[in-house]
Amino acid sequence: MVTGGTEFDLLRWIPLAPLLAAALHGVLLVVVRRTVSQWVTVAISCGAVTVSFVISCAAFARLVQLPDESRLLVDHIYTWIGAGVGSQAFSTELAFQFDPLSAVMTLVVSGVGALIHFYSWGYMEVDEREDKGFQRFFCYMNLFSFAMLLLVLADNLVLMFVGWEGVGLCSYLLIGFWYSDRDNAYAGSKAFIVNRIGDLAFIVGLLLLFWMLADAGHPTVGFQDIERYFAQIADVTLDLPGWLPGGPSYRAVNVVGLCLFIGACGKSAQIPLYVWLPDAMAGPTPVSALIHAATMVTAGVYLVCRMSFLYAVAPEASEVIAWTGALTATLGAVLALVQTDIKKVLAYSTMSQLGFMFVAVGCGAYAAAMFHLATHAFMKALLFLAAGSVILAMQHEQNIDAMGGLRRRIPRTRWTFLIGALALSGALPFAGFFSKDEILVAAYGAEVAGGRWFYWLMLATAGLTALYLFRLYFQVFSGKSRVKRELRDRMEDPPGSMVVPLYALSVLAIFAGLAGFPQAWGDLSWVDIEESNSFANFLAPVLAGTVREPLAHEIEYRLTLRAVLAAITGTGLAWWLYLQRPTWPGKISSSFRRLHRVLVAKFWIDEIYGVLLVRPLVAISDRLLYRGIDAWLIDGLLVNGVARGVRALAANGLRYVQSGLIQAYMFLMLVGAVAIVALLMR
Amino acid sequence: MIPLDHVIGLSAVLFGFGVIGVLVRRNLIVMLMSVELMLNAANLAFVAFNRLWPGTDASPILDGQVFVLLVITIAAAEVAVGLGILLALFRNRDSVDPEEASLLKW
Amino acid sequence: MTAFVDENLLLLITFLPLGTALALLATNVLGSLLGVPRLPAQAWRIAAVAGSILTFLLAVELVVVFDPVSTRIQFVDYREWLPGFGVHHYFGVDGISLFLIALTALLVPVVLVAAWNDIDSRLRSFVFCMLALETGMIGAFVSLNLFEFYMFWELMLVPMYFLIGIWGGPRRIYAAVKFFLFTMFGSLFMLLAMVVLGWLAYEQSGSLVFDLIAPPGMATPALLDVVIPLAGDAPWWKTQSWLFAAFALAFAIKIPIVPFHTWLPDAHVEAPTAGSVVLAAILLKMGAYGFLRFGLPLFPTAAMTYGPWLIGLALVGIIYGSLVAMVQSDVKKLVAYSSVAHMGFVVLGIFVFNVEGLVGGVLQMINHGISTAALFLLVGFLYERRHTREISDFGGTAKAMPVHAAFFGIVIFASIGLPMLNGFVGEILILVGAFLHSPKAAIVAATGVVLSAAYMLWMYRRVAFGPVDHPENRSLIDLSMREKLIMLVMVVPIFWIGVYPDPFLRRIEPSVIELLRQVDQRAEPDSGSDVIAPAPEARP
Repeated sequence: MVTGGTEFDLLRWIPLAPLLAAALHGVLLVVVRRTVSQWVTVAISCGAVTVSFVISCAAFARLVQLPDESRLLVDHIYTWIGAGVGSQAFSTELAFQFDPLSAVMTLVVSGVGALIHFYSWGYMEVDEREDKGFQRFFCYMNLFSFAMLLLVLADNLVLMFVGWEGVGLCSYLLIGFWYSDRDNAYAGSKAFIVNRIGDLAFIVGLLLLFWMLADAGHPTVGFQDIERYFAQIADVTLDLPGWLPGGPSYRAVNVVGLCLFIGACGKSAQIPLYVWLPDAMAGPTPVSALIHAATMVTAGVYLVCRMSFLYAVAPEASEVIAWTGALTATLGAVLALVQTDIKKVLAYSTMSQLGFMFVAVGCGAYAAAMFHLATHAFMKALLFLAAGSVILAMQHEQNIDAMGGLRRRIPRTRWTFLIGALALSGALPFAGFFSKDEILVAAYGAEVAGGRWFYWLMLATAGLTALYLFRLYFQVFSGKSRVKRELRDRMEDPPGSMVVPLYALSVLAIFAGLAGFPQAWGDLSWVDIEESNSFANFLAPVLAGTVREPLAHEIEYRLTLRAVLAAITGTGLAWWLYLQRPTWPGKISSSFRRLHRVLVAKFWIDEIYGVLLVRPLVAISDRLLYRGIDAWLIDGLLVNGVARGVRALAANGLRYVQSGLIQAYMFLMLVGAVAIVALLMR
Repeated sequence: MIPLDHVIGLSAVLFGFGVIGVLVRRNLIVMLMSVELMLNAANLAFVAFNRLWPGTDASPILDGQVFVLLVITIAAAEVAVGLGILLALFRNRDSVDPEEASLLKW
Repeated sequence: MTAFVDENLLLLITFLPLGTALALLATNVLGSLLGVPRLPAQAWRIAAVAGSILTFLLAVELVVVFDPVSTRIQFVDYREWLPGFGVHHYFGVDGISLFLIALTALLVPVVLVAAWNDIDSRLRSFVFCMLALETGMIGAFVSLNLFEFYMFWELMLVPMYFLIGIWGGPRRIYAAVKFFLFTMFGSLFMLLAMVVLGWLAYEQSGSLVFDLIAPPGMATPALLDVVIPLAGDAPWWKTQSWLFAAFALAFAIKIPIVPFHTWLPDAHVEAPTAGSVVLAAILLKMGAYGFLRFGLPLFPTAAMTYGPWLIGLALVGIIYGSLVAMVQSDVKKLVAYSSVAHMGFVVLGIFVFNVEGLVGGVLQMINHGISTAALFLLVGFLYERRHTREISDFGGTAKAMPVHAAFFGIVIFASIGLPMLNGFVGEILILVGAFLHSPKAAIVAATGVVLSAAYMLWMYRRVAFGPVDHPENRSLIDLSMREKLIMLVMVVPIFWIGVYPDPFLRRIEPSVIELLRQVDQRAEPDSGSDVIAPAPEARP
């Protein structure tokens, strides 16, 4: 835990710069309605994100000057929402904090973000589907950068939720960017609504936490304060309804932890809320790179790391996280094996890698999760951008069955893609090797149900990672070309503005791993670095639970060897199957036709959700609630029924009193008057 | 001096005649006259009661008599309106039988 | 001049619209007497817009001059009206009514301008109705004498009835009558309860009393000093429970709380855009405002006893309204049912009896007013162009009307409570308040967050996105300058409240605390209030 905060007024400009750019675009688009040249648009957008990145670097420089235990920059702007008195006072500050955890995220988000912004320039310029969308695209991208930076810089849960929802909004807008296609618009809505289910849990967790803190006399939602007073509520127990498993009495930290984790599941595409991510590939490829690979989907991991002090004392919740992550990682890897859409393979890969990160946080290795988060951002952004170059070269053909042999046509794209694939599958000196190794080490030492099996599952998944990545690589770049002839001769690498980000990300994908050079290696006599894992050491003050007894170095070396072997096996298998015996994959899939169909259909999860949840809900709403209760019971029977009843009464009885004979009326009047007088004189 | 009872009795009898006239006659003119009869019966009662409580010389009570004047005025207006309606009815139906004017029913 | 304006601010704001309307009427009468041709209808419209804008400026002045720190009733205007019957002319403003007045004053000119092309028959009558309606609405918000409040409450009904019945859609007569009868049905119970209240006051102080609270600095008898017996020691019709029930019925119908809501979809669908806007934005708030102003402080014990029931109905409303909205094929009906759900949030905020919930509830009234009004305006713009409200008749409007789609998107996201837009601030405060009161209720209410996203985005996707299936939609004309201006006026508060709600919260909160203090003071000590300094609630 970090104490004391140093004022750093520039902090607010990290998210504000892209926000202003987005607002400017918005005003130009909606109010002014003058098309500005692409140059101006790009200058505004990329400029804004670059400003964010530069300020982030400045903040980082400032941060590392501070001593380890007080590395915290703060910037308070104003009280956003405040109401209530005494121990119930609810107050949300619009304030930012920049600690090592935020620093990592901010640098990744603004750095990778800036690169992808530059890449998008070329990508969207070449894109001919939507001529007027250029500025709109950059407006959304800037808005996304703002929301994501707000998420990582927020100094309290509510403000974080603002960013959380904001990135969801931008994801919605960008997935449905080419809105004329019904499927794209549908995918956008689906992403937002599935995310909202997670957000519901997030809100509940937030409220629960606030409620307990208010109960303990410290109503607060700020991360620093929550951590400060957390000890007072760490042992609270809650009684939940009896039908929940393992009840009725739960430790509150587990409940809060699980609620927040369900929120994270939505955003980070974990089981059971992952269904939106593959569909989200309907967006432009830079969007997939930025939002659905590098930044937004990692927000869930960030949230769990941010609340690491809570999860460190919530072992049950952590175990659930670990297993959810492991299952998602495996499921994603398996599904990635059979996809034929280049972007969908990468999407399932993202899901799988996010599973790895959750395994890490579930095992208490928060620094490892953050490390993989950062390296994955580089690697996956690289892969997606390279895939985007392929898609452009293929004129928006995304099916890998129609590719093959592209390595000669688009060599730059090929090399960068290869670097990305190597890095992500864990080849030795690349970034992914170090980060995945750390997670596997954590999985080995984890105390979760299933024991060693858990580790073997993760190791197998790591092997699968190499398999599906190189399947993709060989299918696209190697072998015989299956590209249509008229397309084949016109293929070319993308222009410079798109290649430069690819190169930059390649460099990061190669070397970023060194930031997390394992201590076990640093202790080797011929290396001899006293504190080699500078990444983990940098994060140590803000992350809890990293004090666990490290494994013996010998075990670690053995684990590393296994990881390398798994990667090599996967790669070799891919090489064997897709280059040496290209007919075999078809044979295999046809001999396991049932299984293959299940996999291609993604276990019919979407359909099952549709049948179990969506359709019954719509049917109940329509038939029972709307037609049944609203139209028939309330309106038909009660409201109009009363009206009909009154009318029937009048029509069949009362109207005959109205005879039209004056003298009859007068007689009745007389009788009435006499009756009243008689009553009064009684 | 005539006792109050007699006057009230006369008034009641007159009112009764009026009521019966209105209820049983089939001629709207006679019915209107019967209504006048009822009004005048009430007027008689007003005056009689005013005589019973005349107040003092310094501050005489004249409420009953004032009311009579008011009733006479209203009765005049009412007869004017009533005869107007009657005339219109007669022009349309060639009759002053109230049963001819029973369209306003159901 | 300014001194005069400041001293009579409430009178001016309330009666300026009606005054404008009557002046216009007078020109008609004068014209026919003198044989001069009467003013052209367009002149009526311009005069009405001018009058209502002036009213809005006065309302802005009211917000500016309003003292945010004070907990007392401000801008009091207290005069004899019907001496001996306890009926005074008694206007006053506090933080609860302040922004509702401003919202009303904002929306009337907006809808008058928005209806520029929409309404072309009987324009003079339309203008007259709108202005009379404005006076009715503002009058109800500023009246602190129950009798006067009731008068304005009923006054609103008449112009609204005509707005639906004359300028409405094909089933307008049915909708108008339904609206009128529903509201009237509830109001009559309130009237009865009001008479009983006056009677109780007569029994206790020897004179009829209808003032809610004594004006600051005066020691006149007020309803808040009347002891309203609890069950057991009085005939049933004099007890708090029954009186509260009578008031609650009137308010519940107006809000509307499920199951008293079925007039709303019909009225919304059949009303012209201007009518829908005012109906959704202001008239629905009247019920919630009534609870806050009269229901809670007059009958605190009953309100607390029956609060859980109302919370239950509010939760039912949130879920039920959302689910039913999800299956609507008519855009306006969908928005109408979404109002049921959103007003459920307001009711929830009111009956959790803590500062967060009530502040959130009051703010959510404003928020819902703004965003639903904007939604109806945008749907109205579509209707003007295509003369249909069926969702399936649209699709791909973003292509031809990008500006419309942009505003539509902003308003929809405001309505589903996206942070940094207005809806979120109210919703989170209500949820916090509800959670402090009853975690279960808060969790159920929070599911409304998912459902609202589902139905709103479903509608937005079907209307704005996708291919242009209907050739009529290909040549739609985007928003004109006038329409853009209207939408800008609506969007500014959406962002303002979302990003910097402090000026609003700061003015609402003291009055809410004062309200809770009154409730606490009048409530039975053992009725389980957790009002100002609550005992931490037992864990569930």
